[in-house]
Amino acid sequence: MNVLNFVNSFFSDSAHWHGYDGIPARLGEHVRYTLQALLLAAAIGLPIGLVTGHYGRGGNALSLVATAGRALPSFGLLVLMTTLLGFGMLPVMIPLVILAVPPILVTTYEAMRSVDPSPVDAARGMGMHESRILFQVELPVALPLILSGLRSAAIQIVSTATIAAYVSLGGLGRYIVDGLYQRNYEKVVGGATLVAVLALVTLALFWAVARTAVSPGVRRR
Amino acid sequence: MSGFLHDFFDIPSDLQHSWLGLIGLHLREALLPVAAGLLLALPIAQLCVRFRWLYPPVLGVTTVLYAIPSLAFFVVLIDYTGQTELTVMIPLAVYSLVVLVPAIVDGVRSVSEETLAAATAMGFGPVRRYFQVQLPIAVPAIIAGLRVATVSSISLVSVGMLIGNQGALGNLLHDAQIYNRPELTWNSVITTALLAILVDALLVLVRVLLTPWMPSGTARRKQAPALEDAAR
Amino acid sequence: MVTKLLLTDRMAAGLDQWVMTTPKSSTRSISRHPGAAAVALAAAVALLGGCSSGGTSDDPLKGGGAKGDTVVVGSNNFAESILLADIYGEALKAKGIKVTYKPNIGSRETTYGLMKNGTITVLPEYNGSLLAYLDAKAKPKTVEETTTAIDAKLDSKLELLKPSAAQNKDSVTVNAETAKKYKLTSDSSIADLKDVAKDLDFGGSPEFQTRHQGLAGLKSVYGLEFKSFKSLDAGGPLTQTALKKNTVQAADLFTTDPTITRDKFVVLKDPENLFGFQNVQPLVRKGELSKEGAAALDAVSAKLDTKALLDLDAQVQLEKKDPLDVAKAWLKSAGLV
Repeated sequence: MNVLNFVNSFFSDSAHWHGYDGIPARLGEHVRYTLQALLLAAAIGLPIGLVTGHYGRGGNALSLVATAGRALPSFGLLVLMTTLLGFGMLPVMIPLVILAVPPILVTTYEAMRSVDPSPVDAARGMGMHESRILFQVELPVALPLILSGLRSAAIQIVSTATIAAYVSLGGLGRYIVDGLYQRNYEKVVGGATLVAVLALVTLALFWAVARTAVSPGVRRR
Repeated sequence: MSGFLHDFFDIPSDLQHSWLGLIGLHLREALLPVAAGLLLALPIAQLCVRFRWLYPPVLGVTTVLYAIPSLAFFVVLIDYTGQTELTVMIPLAVYSLVVLVPAIVDGVRSVSEETLAAATAMGFGPVRRYFQVQLPIAVPAIIAGLRVATVSSISLVSVGMLIGNQGALGNLLHDAQIYNRPELTWNSVITTALLAILVDALLVLVRVLLTPWMPSGTARRKQAPALEDAAR
Repeated sequence: MVTKLLLTDRMAAGLDQWVMTTPKSSTRSISRHPGAAAVALAAAVALLGGCSSGGTSDDPLKGGGAKGDTVVVGSNNFAESILLADIYGEALKAKGIKVTYKPNIGSRETTYGLMKNGTITVLPEYNGSLLAYLDAKAKPKTVEETTTAIDAKLDSKLELLKPSAAQNKDSVTVNAETAKKYKLTSDSSIADLKDVAKDLDFGGSPEFQTRHQGLAGLKSVYGLEFKSFKSLDAGGPLTQTALKKNTVQAADLFTTDPTITRDKFVVLKDPENLFGFQNVQPLVRKGELSKEGAAALDAVSAKLDTKALLDLDAQVQLEKKDPLDVAKAWLKSAGLV
């Protein structure tokens, strides 16, 4: 089989471009799931990682939490949550957030720990408040690493959100699951291409953000 | 309670395995790909260390492979390898490879010039130097990579359920649904998570045994963030 | 400051180079994937060949196919199909025939292919669905016509045995709320949804979306266009729950579904016979089943009727008995073993 032909015919079929099962709708859903899960995971992982990293405590506890989080199988969790909570966004968000918190949490902690202690001590000697030290001294230096944690979380969510289709949610996984049961490889390959492209676009976006947000002094060591 | 426990371990006949049988199947489907990934990653990483220009394109290709969702990977492979375990294991081997290559390259590169010079001065050839100096020093980095690859592999096997019940413990998820037996879902999730934690702990033990010169617990701190990417 | 480079940083660096050298990276990268997969495959095969050859050759979940005198009984991925496979399989075993099961495979789109390539020997089928899959335009008036129409289109390596009286159809079923809102009763027909379909979400298996005995037929035969289609499962718990919770207002349920009476769902009549005849009928590979084996399967089909099937389904899905035990018990009570 020729994968390129599948990709070509999938994207040139006008039926795939409108309606609730069209590419714009499914792509929109996928982006929405990803953003929601990423924001939730960041809201949990960033503050905890920043504070524990700043004070340098709880590293072992964090790595335990991260190991436990990674050990939970996303797919099984999705089915379990659907069984317990019925249909809707919540049962999909829970496994995605559990998937995304460990990389954000651990990377943020490590990023804060890897900040050179001498400027921090200097700031403290100058009488800076702890919260100012965190946000004005440590954070700018730790930012590239923190962004990379967010980036890996985002990529994982984009890829894993496809399994939401198994419990009847939308998103690009719809094409893959439907294509599997309908024996329609065009759909599967088309869906996979869209997911892969979305993942690469996410990488590119984070790269662009890192370019603009990271201070030039930090960018190259 | 005993009734619940009985139901919990009462595996439907269509899975054709006992609970322990499913565990064995799950471990085989998860660990063989990691082993295959490691065997492939070692030479590739060594090439990337020797020829620095090779590394960015290798990473580019692996990034793209990594962006393909496991389910799509499975479904596309069905045409070549059928609805078999192999179809599940090939993508897992690829993902393991993607995680392990950078881990090994990092580990091998972390060996300082002085150490290498000392080895050369002692009359070590490049092959002996690789196996007796570089590889042992890279062990913590490699194990860190193996931990991430193994845990994610154990988790991803379950998705194989979708391609004709090739997901070992994941197959319980489908049976739980068609027979209205939610306790099987719990069984699948809990057993899979425990397997992941156990294998992870074993790998930590292996690292401690292989690197007696290191105080236990320090290696993780250094390597963890670099590898978070791979825990999908 | 940050002395260790991150995996993602390196990946991004690699990516930059990738994007710059290959402007159409997305399509090219996908086109490369089979090659890379093939390399990985070759390596994995080489590795696994050495590792897993011992002790697993009798693993029925592994590929392979019908070899020698062993009959492989397959089934689709829903409870009733697994149950039927157990019933037919155990009947064969009772005649001393070696049987292995390959249960719970997937949708017909998959299992038919496995029948053709010989991976499975026997598959419990439903005559109307099979015909719709092979020939969407056929409109048989009787069970015999259905069999004849299938035979005309069936792969030359396959044949149907005798049909049983037991029927299990796909259906358009609405939940109690919807029935009340639009005054639908068990005497109402699918056609009565014509004006309201645009306000209803419909649930069914992913394959229902494209089948003629599915959305396509509902549109061409009854002129129904639903607000949306939710891909759920083949009349399984996802569909049952979605309908009960009003996530969808109408759904494709099997007429033998025990939840229909339990949850007061209303099955709409199908006057145009879109869903056709749906008798349980074993599909087998020609010449791979002995005369005795075929006779054993025919004997099962002769005894099985819709009422028995409903009862057996309820035992599996509501009383949570193991399908294999239910199959064995029924064969015994029917005097077949």
